[in-house]
Amino acid sequence: MTDSLRRRSLISFFVFGLGMAAFVAGFFILRAQPLVQGTPKPFREVMELNGKIWKKFEKASRQNFAEPPPKGKIPRVNGDVGLAKQVDPATWKMEVIADDADPEARPVFVTLKEIMKLPRTDTALNFRCIEGWSEDMAFAGVKFSDFMKAYNLKGKAYVGLTTVDGKYYVSIDIESMLHDQTLLAYEMNGLPLKHGNGAPLRLVIPNKYGIKNLKQIGKIFFSDTRPPDYWAEIGYDWYAGL
Amino acid sequence: MSASNKHALTLRLVHWINVPLICLMIWSGILIYWANDIYPGFFPQWFYDAFKIPYRLAEGMALHYLVGWGFVINGLIYLVWFFCSGHWREVLPTPVDLKYALPTVLHDLGLRKKAPPQARFNAVQKLAYTGAIAMGVLVTLSGFAIYKPVQLAWLTSVFGGYEGARFIHFLMTVLLSAFIIVHIVQVVRAGWNNFRAMVAGFEIDEAGRD
Repeated sequence: MTDSLRRRSLISFFVFGLGMAAFVAGFFILRAQPLVQGTPKPFREVMELNGKIWKKFEKASRQNFAEPPPKGKIPRVNGDVGLAKQVDPATWKMEVIADDADPEARPVFVTLKEIMKLPRTDTALNFRCIEGWSEDMAFAGVKFSDFMKAYNLKGKAYVGLTTVDGKYYVSIDIESMLHDQTLLAYEMNGLPLKHGNGAPLRLVIPNKYGIKNLKQIGKIFFSDTRPPDYWAEIGYDWYAGL
Repeated sequence: MSASNKHALTLRLVHWINVPLICLMIWSGILIYWANDIYPGFFPQWFYDAFKIPYRLAEGMALHYLVGWGFVINGLIYLVWFFCSGHWREVLPTPVDLKYALPTVLHDLGLRKKAPPQARFNAVQKLAYTGAIAMGVLVTLSGFAIYKPVQLAWLTSVFGGYEGARFIHFLMTVLLSAFIIVHIVQVVRAGWNNFRAMVAGFEIDEAGRD
């Protein structure tokens, strides 16, 4: 082997080793960055960027349709955070706050009877859990956009929802909330909603993972700033769009 | 003794950048898969325990959707170079390669004395590398089909729906992993001269060859 080849080989392996070491070091430096909501900052920033990119290409016309399962099919029950107590649908009331920054704004309380008087929408969609499983499910309820119209709610950039006990909470961009298939649902697979699936009223949102489909709604509020979100606080993507 | 150039700098860069990227994609993919491991018995519990995989879904997703962009961009650079440089002529198999495939395997296994004639890559290498490229493309497309099944519903339906896309994504990962293992074994068997060519670019011509 000539000297020039030996030199070329040496330089190549030096650069090769340096590059690989840089990759490994870079990875551990990224991972060691301060946590932002349970995730190292660079990972959180890329999640937010991904959310922005996909939101740019989002169209309200994109639907998540599936064949409705046979009436009465028992749906999968997954996750019980915020569902420790059963709620009596007859006495249940949902608190609605039109503007969380306005101290003058009075909350409105809505009963299930009042919700059921609003125009009914039926939809069936492929419900997708962030864990990976999916299941076709049918829901009936009032479109969130119809609900807003009926209660003369103007909307803000974000909508926050919490369970009756406040232990589970999500926040969602208003565009996704105004989607045609986004419902406040009281029926599932043709039967009244059961406790484990979110009775008396739950959110159904077709272009988000299951984690955003909050059960047993206690409060809905509108905000210009992003309200807290249970899963985003412990390392998950906030946008969670499908 | 003389040397000749074997692998272009672009090819070597893309190849070695791909190594950590694909490792991280497979690793973060396993962290995600654990949360709903629907293909029974694929990973035994001791595997999950040994590598501390359980309950790291959020971490897996954060990693997968960051490194994924690197994997996609690096792959696109490779594909553009693959077609523009004419490298595809050396990699894509021809009908003759199909004929030589079995004799090449037999030669590799020591069951046949004489190696079939070859250009830069032998028949099995061409088939394997072409397969790896196809798997890389499919794993990426099925990945996007799972990632955005509503926004990219047309892509998801190409794979037979959400669960179909999940299966293809998993299968392609398994096949790519199998390719990587065989690839490493073959590189070890081929020896230092061959490995150095993938790093430094040149190969020492052995007596009796070329």
